[in-house]
Amino acid sequence: MSASLAAPAAAKGAWLEAWLAKLPAAHGELAPVQERGRQALRQTSIPSARDEDWRFTDLSLLQTLPLAPAAASAAALPAPAAGAARLHWHGGSDPLAGHTLPAGLQRLSAGEIAQGLGHTLAAAGCQEHWPVELNHAAAEHVLALRVTSRSQVSLELVSAAAEGLQALRLLLLLEEKAELDLSQLVEAQGAGLHSLVVEAHLARGARLSHGLVALGQPDAALMAHVAIEQEPESKAQLSSITSGWGLARLEPRAVQVDGAAHTTLRGLQLVDGQRIADTHSFVEFKGPEGQLDQLHKAVAAGQGRSVFNGAVRVPRAAQRTNAAQLSRSLLLSDRARIDTKPELEIVADDVKCAHGATVSSLQTDELFYLQSRGIGADQAAGLLQRAFCEEVLRELPAAARSWCSLDRLLEAAA
Amino acid sequence: MIRPDAPVLLEIRDLHARVEDKAILKGVNLTIRAGEIHAVMGRNGSGKSTLSKVLAGHPAYSVTGGSVSYRGENLLDLDPEQRARIGVFLGFQYPVEIPGVSNLEFLRVATNARRAEKGEEELDTFAFEDLVRERLKVVQMDPAFLERSVNEGFSGGEKKRNEILQMALLEPLVAILDETDSGLDIDALRIVAGGVNQLANADNATLLITHYQRLLDAITPDYVHVMAAGRILRTGGKELALELEQRGYDWVDQELAALAAEVA
Repeated sequence: MSASLAAPAAAKGAWLEAWLAKLPAAHGELAPVQERGRQALRQTSIPSARDEDWRFTDLSLLQTLPLAPAAASAAALPAPAAGAARLHWHGGSDPLAGHTLPAGLQRLSAGEIAQGLGHTLAAAGCQEHWPVELNHAAAEHVLALRVTSRSQVSLELVSAAAEGLQALRLLLLLEEKAELDLSQLVEAQGAGLHSLVVEAHLARGARLSHGLVALGQPDAALMAHVAIEQEPESKAQLSSITSGWGLARLEPRAVQVDGAAHTTLRGLQLVDGQRIADTHSFVEFKGPEGQLDQLHKAVAAGQGRSVFNGAVRVPRAAQRTNAAQLSRSLLLSDRARIDTKPELEIVADDVKCAHGATVSSLQTDELFYLQSRGIGADQAAGLLQRAFCEEVLRELPAAARSWCSLDRLLEAAA
Repeated sequence: MIRPDAPVLLEIRDLHARVEDKAILKGVNLTIRAGEIHAVMGRNGSGKSTLSKVLAGHPAYSVTGGSVSYRGENLLDLDPEQRARIGVFLGFQYPVEIPGVSNLEFLRVATNARRAEKGEEELDTFAFEDLVRERLKVVQMDPAFLERSVNEGFSGGEKKRNEILQMALLEPLVAILDETDSGLDIDALRIVAGGVNQLANADNATLLITHYQRLLDAITPDYVHVMAAGRILRTGGKELALELEQRGYDWVDQELAALAAEVA
């Protein structure tokens, strides 16, 4: 069909064209990356329901959002834990200016950044994903760190922004046996788009615990990719919470380059009103004896939509892989919608790959038991929702845990 | 303890109830006064567990006739939580496991809901811990169970002890214990029964729902009621339970058949 060869202007998105036209010329350390991203956005269409990966996730909210660079704004947080370093970072300036990094963390040089940036995105097969190109086009700085510490070092990254566009790019290189506890907050305090791209490379025996807490607004969107590349004997855990966004798309992607590593994914997303939360995860084992332990939870109320797609790829080289994926969703309204799908591609024959998905509403017997002890129906429902979320919340690094007031999370799903 | 002048706590009159389309209770009459211990016995399917759930307000059961008055108030008008707050307690046959809800937190919220109803001040975490540690002794329960999720991974005996602990904290005026003896070994039964005996006093009443005499060896009832086909067929003293133990429930069928013949 010749008509489809020339993509209609609408598919490109007039808003996107307008935004691209207004961007300052590519500049700074990320100039080549910006060029690349802008070029890609001009040449490709905005994902739509016709793309399998975006079937349930309508991006039309994006065209209504203010996209001028967002100003930083303060997040109401408890003081950092003793020994933890906290960086406030909104993407528009060098986050390390004026900071002394704790021992075990070093800033990467321009040469190292040029060499390392994009490596893990490519390994995880997502360097050309539309949200990644969007980040390429917009991000002005990269927070790039080498982790050398052999004992656990705690870093807090706080990115709270008022109205507008916040584009965050993070590159982490964990050396052999290095350990990092990363608590990251992305918070929208006004309408806007929050773009996050994280790349983490874990050398042999390294350990990363990354807690990502993303708290939004009904008129704000989150587009996030967290790509993790693991050498053997490394351990990576990503625990993510998304709540309150009009639209949230999170793509955790882990690749075990030679297998024999351990990946733990924990996710919790809460939606109500007309909101959409979508997690598309991807884990690939490129060698034998890798392990995956994944739990994804969703709470959907109102007319909220929750999407989970969990891809696991086990090629022939990945014998003796042990992977378990579980998706559990709590449906609080008969007008909410949950789409959950495992996507297992297993070629190796000597593997254990378990997967399961449950969708349920609050259990009558549990509610009645609590009520029969004098606990009001609403409070009982709150306790049960809290319990449902707790399983993921308790796995966050301590700082990230303290940022997730359950009351606030549940408010978003009430 | 039978005192004819003691105030009536619970008055059940001609109670009919159904679950889905099935009529289960077909005219239950029962009067319970302060200080009394009643036992309702009967076969599986006789309606005795349904009676307990209807009194507690389980949403799966609907009352189709009759009345239940609790200290003069229409109990059937109240939500389950309100019934609990004013002093009606159901000890579950199968206590529900609630992963993720801390047992201690659950007990505290429940206790405070009951206290608020009685006009007593709310207990903070510390004051509540003191109270709960004292009440744990009633059922000789390990404080470690407070730190776990509600009933999660508890053995049958531990779940039943947790029920009696809740009763000890809520201090109900009418405690309905549904097959509290089921799934208990001899030692656990002794502990649970000991807890119930400690909590019974002149101001409250206990309704034991049970299948077996053995619970009644440990808790002496003032009245024993035999339930069949959704009604109380016979009422007697504790000797009626012994008679049931010896004769089994077969005579109940004969009495039911005789009743049916009368009606026909």
